[in-house]
Amino acid sequence: MSAADAAVAANRFGLGARPGELAAISQHARDALLAQLVGPAPTLSESLPAGSTLLAQALAGRAEARARAEGVDAVRVVKNLRATYLPAYTTEVLARFRAAVTSERSFVERLVQFWSNHFAVSVDKVAVLGLAGAMEREAIRPHVLGTFADMLLAVEQHPAMLLYLDNQQSIGPNSAAARLAGRRGKEIGLNENLGREILELHTLGVDGEYSQADVRALATLLTGWSIGGDAGRLRGGEPGEFFFRTGLHEPGGVTLLGRRYAAGGVEQGVQALHDLALNPRTARHLATKLVRHFVADDPPAAAVERVATAYLHTGGDLPSTYRALIAAPESWQSPLTKFKTPADYIHSTWRALSLPVGTGLRDLRVFEELGQRSFQPGSPAGWPDRSADWDGSAALMKRLEWAQGVGQRLGTQVDAQQLGAAALGAYLTAGTQRAIARAADGAQALTLLLCSPEFMRR
Amino acid sequence: MDMKRRELLRGAGYAALSVAVPGILASRVSFAAPAAGDARFVFVLLRGALDGLAAVPPVGDQDYRQLRGELALNDTAGLVPLDDLFALHPSLPFLAQQWRAQQLAVIHATATPYRARSHFDAQDVLENGLALPHASRSGWLNRALGGMPHAAAIPLRHAGVALGAGIPLVMRGENDVASWAPSRLPQLEDDTLQRLSDLYASDVVLSRRLADALAAGEIASEAGMDAGMNAAAGGRGAEAQVSQTAKTAAGFLAREDGPRIAVFETTGWDTHANQGTDKGALALRLAALDAGLRTLCTELGPVWDRTVVLVATEFGRTAAINGTRGTDHGTGAAAFLLGGAVRGGRSVGDWPGLSQGALYEGRDLRPTTDLRSVMKGVLRDHVGVAPRFIDSVVFPDSSAAPCLSGLV
Repeated sequence: MSAADAAVAANRFGLGARPGELAAISQHARDALLAQLVGPAPTLSESLPAGSTLLAQALAGRAEARARAEGVDAVRVVKNLRATYLPAYTTEVLARFRAAVTSERSFVERLVQFWSNHFAVSVDKVAVLGLAGAMEREAIRPHVLGTFADMLLAVEQHPAMLLYLDNQQSIGPNSAAARLAGRRGKEIGLNENLGREILELHTLGVDGEYSQADVRALATLLTGWSIGGDAGRLRGGEPGEFFFRTGLHEPGGVTLLGRRYAAGGVEQGVQALHDLALNPRTARHLATKLVRHFVADDPPAAAVERVATAYLHTGGDLPSTYRALIAAPESWQSPLTKFKTPADYIHSTWRALSLPVGTGLRDLRVFEELGQRSFQPGSPAGWPDRSADWDGSAALMKRLEWAQGVGQRLGTQVDAQQLGAAALGAYLTAGTQRAIARAADGAQALTLLLCSPEFMRR
Repeated sequence: MDMKRRELLRGAGYAALSVAVPGILASRVSFAAPAAGDARFVFVLLRGALDGLAAVPPVGDQDYRQLRGELALNDTAGLVPLDDLFALHPSLPFLAQQWRAQQLAVIHATATPYRARSHFDAQDVLENGLALPHASRSGWLNRALGGMPHAAAIPLRHAGVALGAGIPLVMRGENDVASWAPSRLPQLEDDTLQRLSDLYASDVVLSRRLADALAAGEIASEAGMDAGMNAAAGGRGAEAQVSQTAKTAAGFLAREDGPRIAVFETTGWDTHANQGTDKGALALRLAALDAGLRTLCTELGPVWDRTVVLVATEFGRTAAINGTRGTDHGTGAAAFLLGGAVRGGRSVGDWPGLSQGALYEGRDLRPTTDLRSVMKGVLRDHVGVAPRFIDSVVFPDSSAAPCLSGLV
């Protein structure tokens, strides 16, 4: 056990040390990490409305607008939706921000964020603005200490993902709905967006040796995976809930990755996702991403191998997979390889200073200002995860300017020297200590700590 | 492989001329070329895959209407016919004006060497300039900076600038580049800055980034861009954003001692559902892009005459619409080359047609022009990078993509 272990555990695996945290785990940093994986997954302290409730409200609002003959005006529909969803988005993001700042199991919180980004939906598509937080809460958080297969299924059936990747209206070309439309001279059919991203991003990975035919096969298997509603094209099912529309589902068997899935309604897709979750290429893809996130931009091959093997041997059991990551020697060597993302930087600053999380939209502005608005990575690939994606000169300057503001607000109230030791432990360098000691005033001392190379990285 | 790449010169009577006497055109080019090191180049990256068949609809193709169904633009009001084949989407009035001024060339059915349909790998290839995704950690524009002729009298610390908080892969690499994004935060105090640069002295990455940030900040504050940006930030829509970014780019490029090459990006082109026709989601995006390009032109003023702008996306979209009135990931795309230095008013490249047999894998517009051929042509004939440098450093595995002549 080296003195650096506590700093690695709290900063690289966790979201940054809170005062006292390093001292508490200094004798058993690895065991403390393992202990975080025991017990039920942490929930948010606030009770928030179900995603289905939010979506049902939005659908009802849209139906009402239509009834008032406003429905033709697409711009107004989007505006109405934004107005409905923005408070929900704000509440959700503040709740997860608070969890990230206060959690005593911040390794698990980081894992929630990791998977949430793995299964990214982006709120620049207004249809998911109010639902992105609900998806994390309902489909990811409950399974973060479960199996990947369960998480995968929960995500792909969550209305947020179905809406984000346009699956709710994807229609089998020979389905009852398509045949009916054909008789009316209309052509409707498949949307391959969700099928493609499941293969490329969620499971096998882009190098996962699948073909365009496999993309269409999976999209076909998932036809009918939709949401319930009580008006228009979405009539049927519980409004806002996942709803399998038999009439949109492509009848017959489908071959995906060489395996035949016999006709079987929703179970066809469920079985396909289950098989994808346990595919060795999925194991390798997920292991690579985990090791890149926790260890280094260029994931050490041995660590990837160890993590992928644990995943496969346990049928995609996530705690076993995380334990392999903790057991990898590379996880504990050469610290400070990862440049913190803006969110990492914000969370660790709040934790180091024990700052409270506010209650309004403006309390979230810092994420936008530093370049990482919550739930808005802009694409289903999620936020990128290499240092070069975040350490550009303009981004760095913003961070420094922002840190200066924090220093000016709080520098007179804290002892930056002590704070540095508590937040960074063995990471804190002599150079930074010297700079803090020689600072002109408290504001500058805190600014220098927050701008130090070792606070910029994890 | 002997790539048959006939240049189709439409409009302005260039067709016969170019085929018969390419030499005349070549000499005109060298006459018009700006002095070494004085040319400006802007690369605008459209992330998400622009639907080229909507932006530049081939309304003269007999299969177009059928493939596009209710999204076909043939009879749309405001559509601007370019020639007997192509038209321009009604939301692109500035591009139409550029076409008429012969400062816009359309490159249709173009693609990088990438042939699968992942956005992220395709963007990687578009930016790394190689044949395969993730084959390089540097981008082709950054490598090109190393081969640029710098006007001796103007010591450029940064020949390239990326607008936006992050530096996109295309601009990353060994050559220092500036990056700049507007900030509403108060500037670092000088004393704190001094101490930070001491603290970073032994940190290779952070010290370099800090120096780059200062250089860019200096240019920006001299040009009064901070103030301008905040004033312009009143409109929050996509249109305001693209125009803001374009204005900043122009602020850098218009300076005699400033960067020569700029890159910025826009997103939101991934139109899988309800993409609309002359109105709708895609139309709004196109209008924002068009307004941004107009801003770039206006703000550059006389420098526009020495400017080439390449607007490109990672791939095109399916020839046919999908089941949700949108389009899925495809292959052949459309790109725009515009600016005062462009020999425009024409489309470049072969049109492969949209018949079932002509489509790539039976579903996508078949690419006939390697996008790298366009990039190489601009770098050689406009930016002034030596051909050998282009072939060995900028696009090392691009022998299948010969340099296109006569673009400027």
